[in-house]
Amino acid sequence: MSKRRLKGWKEIPMGGMVTEPGSSVEFDVSAWRTFKPVIDQSKCTKCGLCWIYCPEAAIVIKEDGRYEVDLTFCKGCGICERACAPRAITMVKEESA
Amino acid sequence: MKRLGLSGNYAVAYAVKMADVDVIAAYPITPQTTIVEKLSDFVANGELDAEYVNVESEHSAMSACVGASLTGARVFTATSSQGLAYMHEVLFMASALRTPIVMTNVNRALSAPLNIWNDHSDAMAERDSGWIQLWASSAQEALDTTIEAFKIAEDVLLPVMVNIDGFIVSHTYEPVTLPDEGEVKRYIPSKPLTNRLSPRLAYSVGVVGPPEYYYEMKYQAVDAMERSRQRIKEIEADFNRRFGKDYKDINAYYMEDAEYALLAMGSMTGTARVVAESLRRRGERAGVVSIRWFRPFPFERLAEILEGVRGIGVMDRAVTPGGPSNPLFVDVASGLYGMAERPVLQSFVAGLGGRDVSTDEFGMMFSKTKEAARSGRAGPCIYVGLRE
Repeated sequence: MSKRRLKGWKEIPMGGMVTEPGSSVEFDVSAWRTFKPVIDQSKCTKCGLCWIYCPEAAIVIKEDGRYEVDLTFCKGCGICERACAPRAITMVKEESA
Repeated sequence: MKRLGLSGNYAVAYAVKMADVDVIAAYPITPQTTIVEKLSDFVANGELDAEYVNVESEHSAMSACVGASLTGARVFTATSSQGLAYMHEVLFMASALRTPIVMTNVNRALSAPLNIWNDHSDAMAERDSGWIQLWASSAQEALDTTIEAFKIAEDVLLPVMVNIDGFIVSHTYEPVTLPDEGEVKRYIPSKPLTNRLSPRLAYSVGVVGPPEYYYEMKYQAVDAMERSRQRIKEIEADFNRRFGKDYKDINAYYMEDAEYALLAMGSMTGTARVVAESLRRRGERAGVVSIRWFRPFPFERLAEILEGVRGIGVMDRAVTPGGPSNPLFVDVASGLYGMAERPVLQSFVAGLGGRDVSTDEFGMMFSKTKEAARSGRAGPCIYVGLRE
């Protein structure tokens, strides 16, 4: 991911208030993960269950209709693997991937 | 101007009433109780138009204060000892969220053993919570300082704790002059509710601050405390001008030519002055230094006052077990470290758990401080009045 310039103490709103909605997009949680979901595109039926169940909205639908994981926001919870009806998603340990 | 016979606690209640607060959330605890008892009277009989929130604990009291303050309300609470300790985690939130809450802390010892009497261990345990700490040593000063506290808190957007000694100040009746109510209103006008929390402005407060942000957010409160030094000075000067007073960060008595002095906070400084006066009559060059602002600690002015003084006895009414010394001593010592010619500092602990500190004991402290000043060397901390 691109390196964002983080705001300094003089720029942040007083008292740690968050004044812009949806600021969690600035929050990289990829380091939280031990396992990451890997989608076998040949098994994927594009039913969208992973997209629905993902609590972090980390499943993205590409223009060509493919489902992919945005690994900046995936915490590796594995809910998508459980939700995937055709068993196209496998949680793979980070190091071995 | 009205003159009434008031206890320190009632004087505080009158100040809060004059400040026309919007919300009071408090839980009773000795020796604070009569402050909020009086305030509940004022609210119940229509003299004060405020929301009086009965809560089930001090933790909830401070939490309610934080929430109310974020809406822009003028907020007050009072507590003591165990109650302050129970607020502990919320105190840090109040300062970091920049809520201008005013709280009276009626100083009382912490358990165990259970003790309702005065010492400073409760406030000292919260010295790093980011609250401004002011110390008053009489009922009149308690009233005046409480009025100032609202002005300071709302100006620098930090919470202010006004400390008064349990029973010695809180329950002693003194003649107290009430300031002109109109002038108080002009000094701290009731503001219309600010829109800090409002449906028209979408924002989150009390959010998670991950390592990338916590440091910057915390530093904002550190910076506000530093900047408050100058603002409190100006606000206090304005108060003095309007109400004919002479409050300062540090009260210095007989310090112009003092060879040695005792330094303390709160009501003990009164006895120290009486003893210093009698020493002066005997030709001794004894002085007294009373610290009124503990946070922000006025170390620069302290160094000015102590210029040329050879020995200082620092009286702590609290202990820091295992520390290099006790809380007030540590602050004085580190505050004076930059001085080219530092005075010798002798540490004293006195009056824990409400133990009386007699004039004879003050005499002993003065003479031990003089010894240290003359010999250029201080001994270990002296626990005044401790039985072996």
